[in-house]
Amino acid sequence: MAGTEALAAATRRRQRRGRALAYAALTIGVLVFAFPIWMTLVGSTHDVGTLGRGDVPLWFGPHGAENYATAWTTGGAGTRNTFVVPASTMLLNSALMAALIAVGKIAISLLSAYAVVFFAFPGRMLAFWLIFITLMLPVEVRIIPTFEVMVDLRLTNTMAGLTVPLMASATATLLFRQFFLTIPDEYVEAAKMDGAGPVRFFRDVALPLSVTNIAALFVILFIYGWNQYLWPLLMVNDRTLETIVVGLTKMIGTGDSQNEWNTIMATAMMALLPPVLVVVLMQRWFIKGLTETEK
Amino acid sequence: MQKKVIFRGVALPVALLLPQLVITGIFFFWPAGQAIWSSFLREDAFGLSREFVWFENFADILTDPNYLAVAWNTAIFSAAVAVLAMGVALFLAVQADKAIRGATAYKTLLIWPYAVAPAVAAVLWLFLFHPQIGLFGRALNAAGIAWDYKINGGQAMTLVIIAAAWKQVSYNFIFFLAGLQSIPRNVLEAAAIDGARPTRRFWTIVFPLISPTTFFLLVVNLVYAFFDTFGIIHALTQGGPGLATTTLIYRVYVDGVQNLNFGSSAAQSVILMALVIAMTAVQFRFIERKVHY
Repeated sequence: MAGTEALAAATRRRQRRGRALAYAALTIGVLVFAFPIWMTLVGSTHDVGTLGRGDVPLWFGPHGAENYATAWTTGGAGTRNTFVVPASTMLLNSALMAALIAVGKIAISLLSAYAVVFFAFPGRMLAFWLIFITLMLPVEVRIIPTFEVMVDLRLTNTMAGLTVPLMASATATLLFRQFFLTIPDEYVEAAKMDGAGPVRFFRDVALPLSVTNIAALFVILFIYGWNQYLWPLLMVNDRTLETIVVGLTKMIGTGDSQNEWNTIMATAMMALLPPVLVVVLMQRWFIKGLTETEK
Repeated sequence: MQKKVIFRGVALPVALLLPQLVITGIFFFWPAGQAIWSSFLREDAFGLSREFVWFENFADILTDPNYLAVAWNTAIFSAAVAVLAMGVALFLAVQADKAIRGATAYKTLLIWPYAVAPAVAAVLWLFLFHPQIGLFGRALNAAGIAWDYKINGGQAMTLVIIAAAWKQVSYNFIFFLAGLQSIPRNVLEAAAIDGARPTRRFWTIVFPLISPTTFFLLVVNLVYAFFDTFGIIHALTQGGPGLATTTLIYRVYVDGVQNLNFGSSAAQSVILMALVIAMTAVQFRFIERKVHY
């Protein structure tokens, strides 16, 4: 018996040691991942001279407020090779673009999934497959011909051109289809007996049941929309429609050390904060959305 | 799959499907068709007429040493990003699975890089590795390593790989952690009682059980490295120096937007489409077969 106890104690010791190592490794991991953000945050509080000389401090400087104010109101003076738009304009554009893409995608996907699941009509499977195929091809692959279509439709430099083409995708439709298939047939039977039609059933049953799925999808799609890069880069050369992710890289140009790095770092913080906040604050929905759309 | 109890009617479901079908038709099928069609055409030097040239665009691309170099870059870049992002994520997920208390807090602290746009990630890393103003860039130069990713192709590739992998680890971490947490505890306990050490338990039990997740993530990471990293490359290196960090998707952009070589750009798009379809098909097949049995 004594031997068993000694063995158990040894196992517990080993487990405790393993756990301590795990905590240490995780803490290092967290620090390594946060370090680039830390440096950007610190960089956004120093003046342009300090950063330009390369004396990057590891702790905050006194110029934070003015850097953020400059970025927000004018975007800085810019240089010959760089391009500035006030961050306030760019943030508004990004927020609008991300929200429109998310809402639009969810709306059209809800409707089409409802049609495919709750009706039987000729061409139902064809419609489903036409949508399903789009799962495979991200917009980047067919970017030039899609851009040409936009030119033909005179949609370049418009918010519609920025958002509508990105609403076509199969992931959201598939997710809602999966979910609608789990609604018991009895619900539909009961609704029919009460004399409710398809519109009423959608509004009073299917839609309220989908709320968590909609929330989860919204988080994923908002980030997807906010982080778009190649599409806005091609679609928009009107500075009033610039999004913050594209505008930020235009401020950098070729990465000269003479750039106004303090303003750039403040803009970078503003570009990454909204989607990061969405992920952190809506973590539960985010993980649900991520694991359910990608399977 | 079909429900037993359904509503009648044709007009209503068609109307409900219409928005998505119209958008898909105009912005997906039409351009995809255009890409296929123009991949068989060639414009004359003045852009006045287009001639049907069969597979010449494809033949030209596939024999162009620059294109093959770019394809090789893409292979190196994607493999490195996938291995790095998945390796680090698996390591952290195993640690988080062990650490019972505070696992949620660590999860929160590790998942946020997912939300950072690739182009913004590039800016953050540029600020660290800039040869003149970056903390690490200067440190490397001070240590006698001539660091300048704008001149040295290998360094440029290293930097884009790090920036791309940094952003992708959080995604892999979420899936690995979910996979690890779904392994029944009693299986691991049984192995522990049989005297299997943690390392052995990991490679003989845990790793085979999460192989479907690993395979799924491998495909997702490769697709990410192929397509979603355009912003990183554009913001950090513009594909340079020379062609050192030009990937296939970056080259489509350069040929279509900067060189206005539509035939070649379209043919490259078609090659990429075939590649994505092949990857998706492989993924569906393997997922059906369940890798670990």
